[in-house]
Amino acid sequence: MVGKLWKYASPQAFYPLAGALAPWFFAAAAVLGAIGLYIGLWLAPTDFQQGDAYRIIFLHVPAAWMSMFLYVVMAFWCGVGLSMNTRLSFMMAQALAPTGAMFTFLALWTGSLWGKPTWGTWWVWDARLTSELILLFLYIGFLSLHAAIDDVRRADRAAALLALIGVINVPIIYFSVKWWNTLHQGASVSLTRAPSMAATMVAGMLIMALAAWMYAIAVSFVRVRAIILEREAEADWMRDTEAA
Amino acid sequence: MNWGSARDFFAMGGYALYVWGSYAVAALCIAAELWLLRNRGRTLQRRLGRNSKSPRS
Repeated sequence: MVGKLWKYASPQAFYPLAGALAPWFFAAAAVLGAIGLYIGLWLAPTDFQQGDAYRIIFLHVPAAWMSMFLYVVMAFWCGVGLSMNTRLSFMMAQALAPTGAMFTFLALWTGSLWGKPTWGTWWVWDARLTSELILLFLYIGFLSLHAAIDDVRRADRAAALLALIGVINVPIIYFSVKWWNTLHQGASVSLTRAPSMAATMVAGMLIMALAAWMYAIAVSFVRVRAIILEREAEADWMRDTEAA
Repeated sequence: MNWGSARDFFAMGGYALYVWGSYAVAALCIAAELWLLRNRGRTLQRRLGRNSKSPRS
């Protein structure tokens, strides 16, 4: 089993696999997204405190979760790449970064549009918001550092190091609402206690999160294929196999 | 179902700017990402001169 999985550590084997899987993940993302939007915008009741402004939650929470989760996955692949010197790991990290940055931007954007009607301000420099902004800069830094170094292998290693150092920011974001006094509310959903929201709202939010997850997988698979093509276009296997 | 009419739905209880501003920008970001990705794939294919069986980009 493990031996079989190892096979896919090579770009050559992973390229067609990613191509075959991506449409399924896109389809799952579309179906889940449609269900999630239907629940969130249509079925879920108006909140008695926040009115309909709370409906931003169906984008905000999934985006924020993905922004942190994708960073951890990206850093994981960087760690694997650095320790085992596997090419595909670095390519996977490169493929995840733009999508992670997009979700981070969306978390900030939707948070800002949510903050204005509920807190009365677009932005505050508190722990949660500031650390999430730092996450965006880490993603951008990761991509720019990689782009600034001509030698791809050196670029991979330098960017990977940055990603690994930056991973410390993720628990800071997550626990910021506990560690510091902040305007941002605590977690609405946790594994240890019942959610502080109506069941329909939780369902919509979780389904949207699942949709975002499927989307992130689909997009990073398509992007990693492009990266493989860019980097290995001269390799023999590329010329032999008429790219599946 | 909470909405009496389409107008109610779009008004979002007075929070239309915030709610639709969030959803519109999210849709825009996703569309932009998919578009950029597609372009990247097409550019690659042109460069590699594979016109026959095009890999899904």
